[in-house]
Amino acid sequence: MTEQRFFGKPLVALPAAILAAWALCAAVGPSLVGDPNHIELQRILTGPGAAGWLGFDDLGRPVWERLVVGARISFLVAALVVSISVLIGTLIGAVSGYLGGWIDEVLVRIIDIFLAFPGILLAIALAGVLGPGINNVIIALVVVGWVGFARLARAQVLSLRHREHVQAAIALGVRRGRIVLRHLLPLIVAPLIVEGTFAVAGAVIAEAGLSFLGLGVQPPTASWGSMIRDGTRYMLMAPHLVLAPGVALMLVVLGVNMLGDRLRDRLDVRG
Amino acid sequence: MPTFILSRLLSALLVLLGVSCLVFLLIHLVPGDPVEVMLGEAAQPADREALRHALGLDQPLLVQLLNYFHGLLHFDLGTSLQSQRPITELLAERIPPTAELAAAALGVALVIALPLGILAAVRKDSVWDYGAMSVSLLGISIPNFWLGPLLILVFSVSLGWLPVSGRDGPGSLVLPALTLGTALAAILSRMVRSSLLEVMHEDYIRTARAKGLSERVVILRHALRNALLPVVTVLGLQLGVLLGGAVVTEMIFSWPGLGELTIESIQRRDYPVVQACVLVISAAYVIVNMLTDLVYGLLDPRVRS
Repeated sequence: MTEQRFFGKPLVALPAAILAAWALCAAVGPSLVGDPNHIELQRILTGPGAAGWLGFDDLGRPVWERLVVGARISFLVAALVVSISVLIGTLIGAVSGYLGGWIDEVLVRIIDIFLAFPGILLAIALAGVLGPGINNVIIALVVVGWVGFARLARAQVLSLRHREHVQAAIALGVRRGRIVLRHLLPLIVAPLIVEGTFAVAGAVIAEAGLSFLGLGVQPPTASWGSMIRDGTRYMLMAPHLVLAPGVALMLVVLGVNMLGDRLRDRLDVRG
Repeated sequence: MPTFILSRLLSALLVLLGVSCLVFLLIHLVPGDPVEVMLGEAAQPADREALRHALGLDQPLLVQLLNYFHGLLHFDLGTSLQSQRPITELLAERIPPTAELAAAALGVALVIALPLGILAAVRKDSVWDYGAMSVSLLGISIPNFWLGPLLILVFSVSLGWLPVSGRDGPGSLVLPALTLGTALAAILSRMVRSSLLEVMHEDYIRTARAKGLSERVVILRHALRNALLPVVTVLGLQLGVLLGGAVVTEMIFSWPGLGELTIESIQRRDYPVVQACVLVISAAYVIVNMLTDLVYGLLDPRVRS
């Protein structure tokens, strides 16, 4: 709670501005900027300047344009991964917690097994086995991501199912599905939103991490992770190649984390 | 107490069983024919059949699973397709460097997190608190695959203080441990802070103060001891993050551990080795978490019930 008070204080405007810029870049950016894969050999490894304000990469491609396309990839992956994970995880967790009995036993065991893998390791192995590409990145991250929501939803439903309004609904003969959807889910939305916000930060880092390892989006499409990887080879001559995508990545993750702290504070959810 | 230990052991065993099954299924997720993916399209049909037979992929799934468990129980994880060496031999070489890196990163995390968290809690709502927690927020937000190259740029390339990569002497451990430990330090410092603040409201702290003990003794002797209990649990859980992060960190610094082996094997499509690496890392995570639970149960009788 003291932590909440502290993180409630910093500017709200900062994370909001960062995230708005990120979303805007993702939505309309690529259609506003030039061709991110346009190669100009005479500009190879040129630093920031009049021709391109973030400079050019090892093939003479414009870094700013590639950064904008990378924003779309990271936004798309994060949005899809988190929404699918929330849907699947909440459904499984709520059903498990509400029904109880052997179904709960089995589902809890399955959740435990998935929790036993270090998340990013399972994602790396899955993406590696499924083969590179954005679809497989999304699949791998959902397989890892749903568990957290399932555990959270189950715990919340367990603590709520004996509330009076739920008992009243049961006594009135309301169907189970309706009780879960109308009487339980609305009460657990707040913690799910907070968890979901932090999951966005996790998904952004994970997508970039997989791309960094060469398991994500394939060339020539730009991703922040692969830009960092390619940039490390020229770090001495052209540090802007590593700095630009790294700063973008860090700002977005920072913004999302600050928003998460703020939401936790506002929605009064204990971390 | 024996029931508590037994139930923890049993549930860890069940989880390990499930983990092994999932890892076993991993190779069947390869799109199309895994043998073709591993050998490439140009391979001779005879070679394909030989590999298929060697991996047991020509047998029914259930038989494959039983063979797999039979191998696991005899510490036989098969042979690497690339190096033709027994996988257990490869693992034996790769586990010590990863354990070394993880331990060093844990050390780094504790050395940073404890003072930072205590400072923030003791000087709550002051500039120190804001400063410490801003550093922590930044630490959580910096991906290790960016931090690593930045550290190399500053400390190896520009200043020339530390080696760029490899595992050669204690100096080579510094940057990988820092890269891997930073995120954990950030998370732990927030935990230490909030846990310490919570404890500070307890009656025994008021009693200690009323006895006229110095604030230093109150915090270090009375508050911190109790505040660290939940932190230990989080530490166990965060070990997964540490082990997962080690995969990426080892890649950046060419650290010859399990993580590097995992990625190399993915790139070479040496799937049996990938399976073995995932299994060993996850098993280590499960076992450490079980031990954390047991220790916690020993320290705090309330947990056992």
